[in-house]
Amino acid sequence: MELNSNVPPGPLETKWTQHKFDMKLVNPANKRKYSVIVVGTGLAGGSAAASLAELGYQVTCFCYQDSPRRAHSIAAQGGINAAKNYQNDGDSVHRLFYDTIKGGDFRAREANVHRLAEVSVNIIDQCVAQGVPFAREYSGLLANRSFGGAQVSRTFYARGQTGQQLLLGAYQALERQVGLGTVKMHSRHEMQQLVVVDGKARGVVVRDLETGETESHVADAVILATGGYGTVFYLATYAKGANCTAIWRAYKKGAAFANPCYTQIHPTCIPVTGDHQSKLTLMSESLRNDGRIWVPKANGDKRPPDQIPESERDYYLERKYPAFGNLSPRDISSRAAKEVCDEGRGVGKTGFGVYLDFADAIDRLGVDLIRERYGNLFDMYERITDEDPYKIPMRIYPASHYTMGGLWVDYNLMSSVEGLFVLGEANFSDHGANRLGASALMQGLADGYFVIPYTLGNYFGTVRAFDKIGVDHPAFKQAEAEVAERSRRLLGNKGDKTPDDFHRELGRIMWNYCGMGRTEEGLKKALVELPALKQEFWKRVRVPGENGEINQSLEKAGRVADLIELGDLLCRDALERRESCGAHFREEYQTPDHEALRDDENFCHVAAWEYTGEDAPPVRHVEPLSFENIHLQTRSYK
Amino acid sequence: MDLTLHVWRQKNRKAAGEFVTYREEARGISTDMSFLEMLDVVNERLIKSGREPIAFDHDCREGICGQCGVVINGSPHGPRRATTACQLHMRSFSDGAELTIEPWRASAFPVIKDLMVDRGAFDRIVAAGGFISVRTGNAPEANDVAVAKDDADLAMDAAACIGCGACVAACPNASAMLFVAAKAEHLNLLPQGAPEKDRRVLAMIDQADGEGFGNCTNHGECEAVCPKEISMGFIARLNRDYRRASMRQPRAAATSGGAG
Repeated sequence: MELNSNVPPGPLETKWTQHKFDMKLVNPANKRKYSVIVVGTGLAGGSAAASLAELGYQVTCFCYQDSPRRAHSIAAQGGINAAKNYQNDGDSVHRLFYDTIKGGDFRAREANVHRLAEVSVNIIDQCVAQGVPFAREYSGLLANRSFGGAQVSRTFYARGQTGQQLLLGAYQALERQVGLGTVKMHSRHEMQQLVVVDGKARGVVVRDLETGETESHVADAVILATGGYGTVFYLATYAKGANCTAIWRAYKKGAAFANPCYTQIHPTCIPVTGDHQSKLTLMSESLRNDGRIWVPKANGDKRPPDQIPESERDYYLERKYPAFGNLSPRDISSRAAKEVCDEGRGVGKTGFGVYLDFADAIDRLGVDLIRERYGNLFDMYERITDEDPYKIPMRIYPASHYTMGGLWVDYNLMSSVEGLFVLGEANFSDHGANRLGASALMQGLADGYFVIPYTLGNYFGTVRAFDKIGVDHPAFKQAEAEVAERSRRLLGNKGDKTPDDFHRELGRIMWNYCGMGRTEEGLKKALVELPALKQEFWKRVRVPGENGEINQSLEKAGRVADLIELGDLLCRDALERRESCGAHFREEYQTPDHEALRDDENFCHVAAWEYTGEDAPPVRHVEPLSFENIHLQTRSYK
Repeated sequence: MDLTLHVWRQKNRKAAGEFVTYREEARGISTDMSFLEMLDVVNERLIKSGREPIAFDHDCREGICGQCGVVINGSPHGPRRATTACQLHMRSFSDGAELTIEPWRASAFPVIKDLMVDRGAFDRIVAAGGFISVRTGNAPEANDVAVAKDDADLAMDAAACIGCGACVAACPNASAMLFVAAKAEHLNLLPQGAPEKDRRVLAMIDQADGEGFGNCTNHGECEAVCPKEISMGFIARLNRDYRRASMRQPRAAATSGGAG
């Protein structure tokens, strides 16, 4: 497998502009002759499907939810970054580029990140034109705020519902195309197989989740925009249905999987309360603008927070990172929380929690202002925990929130399978080993609105003639047979454990051995336990119901089976990456004061894994990263 | 806590449904669970005893995707104000409670299995006109058009609609007016959405009628159950916009697609 990033030559600042000019165009009259499949309707998929249909391509779009508007991008609370410099506080495309490269701990491609920063300004224009109701100043101009890890105010937001509003913008654009007949939308459909013919992605096999029927769809190119795989940890801030199936099946058909070990843990989630818990809820990072994070100084101090005097509290982020304090980047804040809890200083019943305290802010600003700023979040917290955060400090703990790994793509967002493009969180992304707040929404929309419309045209223009194939092609028949066999196996298995039992067990292994901290010993244990879990799954899982109907247990079982296999690859990748960078913290590689210790000599590269067969170990390939515009430096937030 | 559940079970669109009572399966429920987590527990027990779990729609479980929604003791999303079923916690109920759980009831939302309904009509209403016709790329600089903060805030109030359909389920007429009003007025309130205002309201209302939703007769049940507290004031705005659009350009209803 050859990993050619296809980064265009020339100075960084003009690469994208020049590339747009150099790429092949498709004559408007010919565009309708090309067809494309888009899987997923979040920020990346929804915006891509709408944009491509508008250009004139024939688009067929799928999502597993009952409506494309429900993709999990909708849950993003905080905001979207753009280098508009409306605040005149020194922001620029270069600074956004610089912050993202540094935030990614020098494990992202410079050219991609620069393009992301460049188009960020167009994203805001586009969304405003669509009617996204961003926050405004009294002047009628757009308002901004600062957001985790950034020292300039470059985040655009719509109350605590930014993801929802951006997604609705893309969804409305998509529905407009559906109304015009240029997009065929299939909701309640889940991709089961990628179909590759003569080395090119030519279609998908999907399950109609209502009828249980298997359908084949042919196209000239396939776009996956199916999100991340953070549910590998079971408890996560992801939607319950979020899964890795589409990208995992594509991996097995030849798409390289890059940097699977780069998983982000978000520092401010509501802690776990018991075994029944099905997911974790994130408290927006914007809370850290006013809340102060602390734990008792003494181990095992179980007094209620109001009985712990100031002198016996440890505001550990302010102490350790005075320059950024409570706004330290996510990986740093998460790790620091884990560290104090591991020391036995965690709060709450389980001891896995730290306080996020608004008492000072309420004294300083008054309860009304705090209610105005964070009221909806405080209400949500109260609803879940039954505690009033105006009176008792919130308890928070880190949780799985985003994955920076994903299918490997080149500069044109094409995977290692020709004609298979991967967008948004599903690709290995522009975030390197870490993601700064408010940058995921930016990437999803950049890929969908502003990158793929050009690069897909270039692909069509380069290949020119596609063989005419139908769903009766043997590759489709074989893929359908694989899907049928899998369902038959799952349904025929009269085991005694539910898919959720296995998912919880997978989560336990992943969180313990490959969570916020990773060691060689732990990872090796995981790599023994995961194959055993896979074996047990196929022996003991029980899936009730039938194939030809709505069968949520069957859906879940298929997803869990894939997540178990992905967990294995994730641990392999974590084991091989013998360095700490961003959110990947290998405990053996740390500085004396417990900061991540990168190894640029040996690991300044993307690791991309190639599938070699069911029982064969995957092969690790390397795409070297070079930093010509920002010199490699140690990331410090002190 | 121990509960008695009466749950609507229906195999598919065509089959007749019935209430089935679960007692054993709903014992020992923790008050920290969300309503959907309680259903998860019941389902795990059903699977382990070889029975089919209860099908219900849900996804984000953070109160924002709008995919969940069941009628609990007659009230869409249950007894707590401004709360989706996924954010409703069992501490809202008392030990020994009897809960009747059923799907949204409206002919425009056919039941597809147990507690799941088909809300595709909402997507079709949006496809009919719930958008601003803007091409991708080369949009004007965002700050070229100022939007008064009050207008932007009001638009955001409407835009907060999650499209769950509780308004329809609560309405004695199964009217979708609160949804249509929220979707249309979000855009109508903004200068970017103003040029298409007439076409938008005529097309969306026309589509809603065609889908089989009833008319609004100002019962106010929709506002009372809306998990996002969308105001009925938007329905008043929509009515005004509709009347004006009908008088100004009856031709608008006939055009589709090509926004000149």
